[in-house]
Amino acid sequence: TTDNQNHPPIFELKAELNSDKKEKKKEAVKKVIASMTVGKDVSALFPDVVNCMQTDNLELKKLVYLYLMNYAKSQPDMAIMAVNTFVKDCEDPNPLIRALAVRTMGCIRVDKITEYLCEPLRKCLKDEDPYVRKTAAVCVAKLHDINAQLVEDQGFLDTLKDLISDSNPMVVANAVAALSEIAESHPNSNLLDLNPQTINKLLTALNECTEWGQIFILDCLANYTPRDDRESQSICERVTPRLSHANSAVVLSAVKVLMKFMEMLPKDLDYYGTLLKKLAPPLVTLLSAEPELQYVALRNINLIVQRRPEILKHEMKVFFVKYNDPIYVKLEKLDIMIRLASQANIAQVLAELKEYATEVDVDFVRKAVRAIGRCAIKVEQSAERCVSTLLDLIQTKVNYVVQEAIVVIKDIFRKYPNKYESVIATLCENLDSLDEPEARAAMIWIVGEYAERIDNADELLESFLEGFHDESTQVQLQLLTAIVKLFLKKPTETQELVQQVLSLATQDSDNPDLRDRGYIYWRLLSTDPVAAKEVVLAEKPLISEETDLIEPTLLEELICHIGTLASVYHKPPSAFVEGSRGVQHKRIPGNLGSGESVESPDNGSAAGVTEAPPAVIPSQGDLLGDLLNLDLTPPTTTGPPPISSGMQMGAMDLLGGGLDSLVGLRHNTERSFRSPSPPDYSPTEVGPGGHMGAGFGAPPAVMPASFNAPVSVGLDDLFDLGGGVGMPMGAFNPPKTVWLPAMKAKGLEISGTFVRRAGVIQMEMNLTNKAMSVMTDFAIQFNRNSFGLASAGPLQILTPLSPNQSIEAALPLSTVGPVMKMEPLNNLQVAVKNNIDVFYFSCQYPISMLFVEDGKMERQVFLATWKDIPNDNESQFQIKDCHLNSDAASNKLQSSNIFTIAKRTVEGQDMLYQSMKLTNGIWVLAELRVQAGNPNYTTILKSKQRITSLIIIHTVSERPFCTNWNLICYIL
Amino acid sequence: MIHSLFLINHSGDIFLEKHWKSVISHSVCDYFFEAKEKAVDPEDVPPVLQTPHHYLITVHRGKLFFLSVVQTEVPPLFVIEFLHRVADTFQDYFGECSESVIKDNVVTVYELLEEMLDNGFPLATESNVLKELIRPPTILRSVVNTLTGSSNVGDTLPTGQLSTIPWRRADVKYTNNEAYFDVIEEIDAILDKSGTTVFAEIQGVIEASVRLTGMPDLTLSFMNPRLLDDVSFHPCVRFKRWESERTLSFIPPDGNFTLMNYHVSSQNPVAIPVYVKQSISFFESGPCGRLDITIGPKQTMGKTVEALMVKIHMPKAVLSANLTATQGNYTYDLPNKVLVWDIGKLNPQKLPNLKGILSLQAGAPKPEDNPSLNIDLRIQQVAISGLKVSRLEMFGEKYKPFKGVKYVTKAGKFQVRT
Repeated sequence: TTDNQNHPPIFELKAELNSDKKEKKKEAVKKVIASMTVGKDVSALFPDVVNCMQTDNLELKKLVYLYLMNYAKSQPDMAIMAVNTFVKDCEDPNPLIRALAVRTMGCIRVDKITEYLCEPLRKCLKDEDPYVRKTAAVCVAKLHDINAQLVEDQGFLDTLKDLISDSNPMVVANAVAALSEIAESHPNSNLLDLNPQTINKLLTALNECTEWGQIFILDCLANYTPRDDRESQSICERVTPRLSHANSAVVLSAVKVLMKFMEMLPKDLDYYGTLLKKLAPPLVTLLSAEPELQYVALRNINLIVQRRPEILKHEMKVFFVKYNDPIYVKLEKLDIMIRLASQANIAQVLAELKEYATEVDVDFVRKAVRAIGRCAIKVEQSAERCVSTLLDLIQTKVNYVVQEAIVVIKDIFRKYPNKYESVIATLCENLDSLDEPEARAAMIWIVGEYAERIDNADELLESFLEGFHDESTQVQLQLLTAIVKLFLKKPTETQELVQQVLSLATQDSDNPDLRDRGYIYWRLLSTDPVAAKEVVLAEKPLISEETDLIEPTLLEELICHIGTLASVYHKPPSAFVEGSRGVQHKRIPGNLGSGESVESPDNGSAAGVTEAPPAVIPSQGDLLGDLLNLDLTPPTTTGPPPISSGMQMGAMDLLGGGLDSLVGLRHNTERSFRSPSPPDYSPTEVGPGGHMGAGFGAPPAVMPASFNAPVSVGLDDLFDLGGGVGMPMGAFNPPKTVWLPAMKAKGLEISGTFVRRAGVIQMEMNLTNKAMSVMTDFAIQFNRNSFGLASAGPLQILTPLSPNQSIEAALPLSTVGPVMKMEPLNNLQVAVKNNIDVFYFSCQYPISMLFVEDGKMERQVFLATWKDIPNDNESQFQIKDCHLNSDAASNKLQSSNIFTIAKRTVEGQDMLYQSMKLTNGIWVLAELRVQAGNPNYTTILKSKQRITSLIIIHTVSERPFCTNWNLICYIL
Repeated sequence: MIHSLFLINHSGDIFLEKHWKSVISHSVCDYFFEAKEKAVDPEDVPPVLQTPHHYLITVHRGKLFFLSVVQTEVPPLFVIEFLHRVADTFQDYFGECSESVIKDNVVTVYELLEEMLDNGFPLATESNVLKELIRPPTILRSVVNTLTGSSNVGDTLPTGQLSTIPWRRADVKYTNNEAYFDVIEEIDAILDKSGTTVFAEIQGVIEASVRLTGMPDLTLSFMNPRLLDDVSFHPCVRFKRWESERTLSFIPPDGNFTLMNYHVSSQNPVAIPVYVKQSISFFESGPCGRLDITIGPKQTMGKTVEALMVKIHMPKAVLSANLTATQGNYTYDLPNKVLVWDIGKLNPQKLPNLKGILSLQAGAPKPEDNPSLNIDLRIQQVAISGLKVSRLEMFGEKYKPFKGVKYVTKAGKFQVRT
């Protein structure tokens, strides 16, 4: 059969490999490679293939090398057999052979081999042939990936730095590329020390190297901060020709350099204007490339138009959507169209948007309708036209179009009060067709807000009340508020209605937000209706023009990262890139240095990570504001109405503390917290508004019994955490586990994990909508916890989560939140809110997340501290089945910020002395004993603070080099 | 940098993987498959996907997905450009870029991938350099190789690798020296219902086929270079000369290459070669609709419009089309809901018309979306922007080459809304 011809059995191959005939050998190796590529295990042939290596036939040699690279790792002892040939080949008169040898050696990722590599590599870095030098430069990066310490000790980094001044541009480009990659895992190494001389060398090499080299050099240039505007201009002048390169990545990297450096140019400079003009055409051209390129370009253009709208203000038309654009391109184009919309082009934009609203793709149509609303809010002169366009669309009766239109009309009302109310009648006609919570809520808001102008407002609202308990929280809250508004406006006819809604909200609901809002209204209405009017019908602040602008400091940082993954995700680079343990936060115009926190070891327990929390998207109001929604001006600004004592505690706390107090209800015993108790009043206590009291009974005495925050999974689960994760390098990151099952959260499933990157703890979550309706308005809050973990920004879920959709969210955490001891210590109670409800769950984070980057203690201090700590504060553990040697273990632990201070070898036993520091400033010292040949380690942990138990858990998964450490400590 | 590459076909099989650093389990592709499930069409899969530990950057070419895995911050455009380059190279080597061809040449593919990246850094991506390192398979060569035992792999250092002109190999020799240039323009346009141009621009490209002995230095100049709004060049073009003189001066690569891309939109109004009179309507009552399309010439620069074709994406409810074409044939592809009308040459004396009834699924509501017409056409011997090459000179070599410039205009994304 053909299959047998292509992939013959192993024994046949073995015979052919050992054939005397060269040609037969070569064909056999080819067959081996062919089998390997389709995933057949041909590792058994290792010695036979390696035997073919010593040949003068270059093709055969290359094939053997291909094989070696693939299998050396699983056969490290065999791989050593190949070393001699490599060393010999590095001396070969043919530079192609020398380069091939040094290139292949670096790809054999076997620790044992690396030491043999050093001498040949050193020679090749200084080889007379630039082709060999440029290959050797990359080899340094490879070696660094396998054994960073070795590369530093051998001085290869300095040699690499010298290569930046090499006479050959290709060597310069590769040296820059290698250094950039190494620097990413070495935040403070200052490897790419840029000064005017090196910049000049880079700019010279830029003109002569390959397209890829140009990208490396441009990205490196972007990190430089020019001394003055003259230097800035001269760099810009030398970079602009790159805008005409055929490779779009070169173009975008050049745009990055120009966008960053032009910040330093005075705006009145002629050159500044010239530069602005030069930027538009290449950006437009990127949009005629393949759709994948377009997508990345559009994400970046989105940043550029926010920072410098003038560049593309005349180019609106290139963003018009084509019928056969992929959906991801369509949605991005739409976004940019709105950003570029202005009085000058609004007519065109509106005509386009109206066209899009009749397309097939539902997501796109919805976004187009929303865009019309955003235009109305952004360009005042167009508001009327937008409203009439929206009315036209409502007339189409296409269900989702109508609903989107109503949602945006609500915003238009808020922006231009008392202007377009004439359309309310048309809106009311469509009341019955609204089935999405957001649209229902918007419609209810409109009815409540304009109750005095809608004759049958009471009937309309009453019709919603029938299925009150089936509505989502968003709708319920809105309905409650709307009916209270209606009552305040037309008190005589609507007493019964308001009574009904208050009782539904307070008695029959188990949603705390709804209940509490119900109580507040109830209390307000019953004590001081005048104040109630002031509060509920207060003048609302106008909504701002652009709701989804990126926060300026984040935008600045992203402009410095144009063309990167960060720019595609519009997140700070520190927030998400694996392995980059210390990304420098970039700012325009100067660098603010690294984001590492600096704190003295003696810091009190309150000190945490001091890094400024990552930027916040302003459109995501804070949780509290969201919960109370549109209407309720916080009592603090209007002066709180008199509230009776029983209510005060609960209500105030609710307003002040937000959700964390609610979560705390059950677990929080240390803090005095009282659940809102029913106001103690009888009909006689009713306030001055006489007539109002008539219908009011006392609210029910039944109070929220318990919020069943799922009690944390036991410690046993934690033991499992490390199992099976295959993260060969980098810090320990547990896999995602399900925190909140969909069953318990009305269809919302949350799984997640914690990671520490670049000194920032992040909660990485996967939110899945397993319900039938769209979820929106996500927010998150933690209860106080042992280490003061708190979210450092809002939960960034900007798009609604449709049914069956999953979304990844990374939430940066700070450690400066309120502290309360939890049991177990690393337990975290979380509340997540969406348009449907509020849900609670608890999860546990690996303590290793809390180990800070500067946890390396001075040797002397370590010694003194070690002696000082009494034996009572010491615990000893066994780590079973660890097959790493002490150095590898030390490296592994270092990636989790457990630093080895010293190493001692006594009678064949390695003793590693290690330190780590928690975010709250507590130091933990450790001694790790590793006996050669004994897979069980012993560790002793000590801390000044008394440690009752301190556990190191360690798991070995089946695959080699996938050893994970999980360190959990309990400190009393 | 680029960590791994997976080649995946439309049915979701991974049929080739290559790792430049450590091996990454192909289970990482599950995230991609998840996204692919969600997408309506294969081309709707987002090109950049985030997974807990990696990023997946994908391009879609010829029914194949080229999926790369990266672990550190890498410019995504760099990866996307590279992946397209890989696809181009396969195309160049094997004549097409398909699953079967890649599987048939799997060892060559591996050798190529190994030469193209080192540790995730691009190494040799120029077709000239690659062809010196690994010779493309030809039937003749494999016969010769078998007979003589000679090898497929070059064993000298490719000359291009380090010279300042990496795109050209040394010692090129031809008996017939020739340099041909194709100026190809594509009109991207959106016309609205009434035929008014909503948006139009021209994407131009100059494809070169140069087979010249030695180290020729060429200069190509235009009659009207100021037409061009934006240009991007092959690295061989000397940018300074362009900036100062608006001429293209370059030492060409050997063989076929793209000399420049350009863009025309703002300065001159774009000529639209055809007009379309159309009406597609669906009745409120009864499951049918009516279609009537006529196409006529508009601004054709006095040339004939050829290979005219209309594609209409019909609403889902349309089951069949019962139409009459005065010229050409029409077909209705039911599964994809695409109506294709292949017209051919446009005769200004007798305008082609397509007319008749569309039948809808019984009981289906009147379609909400308006179908959009995509037009394909070709006009030989003219660049619609009016761009003209004035002359081509050669320096550095003594012989006289054959020279030629050809122009053609095509429809790119040319849409008529209804």
